Amino acid sequence: VDVLVCVKRVPMVGGKVVVTGDGQHVDTRMSGFTISPHEECAVEEAVQITEREGGTVTVLTLGPPAAADQLRDMLALGAHRGVLLETDDREWGPIATAAAIVAAVGELGPSPFPLILAGNEAADTGGFQVGIRVAHALGRPCLTGIKRLEIAGETVRATREYRGAQERFEVGLPAVVTVKEGINLPRYPSLPGRLRAKRAEITVLRPQWQADGLRKQALRVPAGSARRAQILGHGAAAVPALVEVLSELGVLPSTTRGDGDGAAA
Amino acid sequence: VTASEAGSAGAAAGDVGSVICLTERDGPTIAEASLRAVAFAATLTGPAVGVTAVVFPPSGSVGTAEPDDEVLGAVLAEHGVTDVCLVRSAELTAYAPVAWARSLEQLAAAGGASAVVAAATDHGSEVLAHLGAMTGLPVAANCLSAQWGGAGRWQLVRQRWAGSVLEDAVLEASCALLTVAADAAISPQPSAALRETSAPDGGARPTLRAVTPVLSEADLVVCATESAEQSSGLSLATARVVVGGGRGVGGPDGFAVLEELADLLGGVVGVSRVVTSQGWRPHRQQVGQTGTKISPELYLACGISGAIQHMAGCLSARHIVAVNTDADAPIIAHAEYAVIGDLSEVVPALIAGIRARSR
Repeated sequence: VDVLVCVKRVPMVGGKVVVTGDGQHVDTRMSGFTISPHEECAVEEAVQITEREGGTVTVLTLGPPAAADQLRDMLALGAHRGVLLETDDREWGPIATAAAIVAAVGELGPSPFPLILAGNEAADTGGFQVGIRVAHALGRPCLTGIKRLEIAGETVRATREYRGAQERFEVGLPAVVTVKEGINLPRYPSLPGRLRAKRAEITVLRPQWQADGLRKQALRVPAGSARRAQILGHGAAAVPALVEVLSELGVLPSTTRGDGDGAAA
Repeated sequence: VTASEAGSAGAAAGDVGSVICLTERDGPTIAEASLRAVAFAATLTGPAVGVTAVVFPPSGSVGTAEPDDEVLGAVLAEHGVTDVCLVRSAELTAYAPVAWARSLEQLAAAGGASAVVAAATDHGSEVLAHLGAMTGLPVAANCLSAQWGGAGRWQLVRQRWAGSVLEDAVLEASCALLTVAADAAISPQPSAALRETSAPDGGARPTLRAVTPVLSEADLVVCATESAEQSSGLSLATARVVVGGGRGVGGPDGFAVLEELADLLGGVVGVSRVVTSQGWRPHRQQVGQTGTKISPELYLACGISGAIQHMAGCLSARHIVAVNTDADAPIIAHAEYAVIGDLSEVVPALIAGIRARSR
């Protein structure tokens, strides 16, 4: 089965996120870029499927020229082909992004990609909708938030969790499936994989931007508390103070309500 | 701009129409997240219009009235809903996202709705995305507030990065499709204003309407079969105490002592993304943006640096206590108390300390 996996280049953020002076972007001068975690699992799932069933994995991203780096990272994990939908600096909303992906699926030749995988939501914009919009435009069923996926011939069986229950779905190919982290444990790139990825040719298409109806004005970081933890001490020497704090917070087992604070019960 | 301010400003603008809210069942009642979505929806409309709550049949339905319909109606009335649509269809015997979206599309068109709102749950996000795709309308996900600006224009605040970044945005749409962030600062409790809205004459009875959508076969292709989860003790999402372990645990063997502490405190172990990416622990124990969101009384984070993706999963914890070797780790800025030290030294001493106290 030929699988198309859609991924998104997002800033790699750590302990703190900083917004650029113009309020338009997350500041990436001190960090690099990666792809959304759910999508890394989507690529791994696609590679595993084609290892079992045969077929190819095409990884597609929409982004600036530098997003080719993320495609090469995925090629190193075992994807066969990279497609870059090259954009300028503008932010592409879910409607424009989905339209560009649908157009690319048509342009990428005879393969109709019976299976299209994506992440459940992008780590940065968190719109929860590109996969679903692609599915509607292609007239395919869409399963979302999937944690277990099985392709048996023309049948897709998938499972996810919701409110403490398992929801199971079964649809036929062609289909669109969005997955969540935890569906698998992505592999690390091999050295031959890295070398192959470095040399691989990436197909570049240049889709047309369109307005989305939802327009970003500015980003900001919510005003956090400027507090800092009260340091109870260092190492094991701090444990008596820590036990005291836990007792005050009322989280120690009830049998510990002994001596001092018995009256509180 | 708070959500309540948004509501009064919307009323002043005059011409906002009705608002439809997808309300999900949770066992015998309405899901907490949906009650928050109802409260959010009420801030969008003027008091004269009110919110229409749409309730879909539970799994296993046969398309007739459900025994708890009246109860759900009463719960929604208490939260200011004046109009409850009970969707009934012989074809809707389980969760079917496209069919749900199709039903909302038809109700929105019939009522000339200005907005359709849902909680940003997996179901709410999915159904509204389908509604956006089938209508070509934009969807604004994870909203914290929305303010009607007239002529199909809304001023929004929505979350990015699971709430670590806020976006001010303008939405222009004939019908605004909005999901409400799980941690939007909106109380699901019925406010005095809502009570007035729901009961102008003192009677808090909403109109219960049974509606039957027109569904095609294609709308029912994706349909869930539900099976009860193999429940294995305490759940991470609802545990009262979570003992967290991160990179500082050092490897898969280091978690035994955290499990012991969690058992002692009647809690469970949660881990950071690096721990699951390394394969040290299973993904279902992950706390964070791509894992589980927790809201315990105590989150005791051991050897966790506090990346924003992790904090997005634990900021609802009532109290955070950190054990970390690095006094400058980001977690220290989020915690209430901290012990600076190696968890492999501190945690066993803590277990001993708690045991000694209980003797």
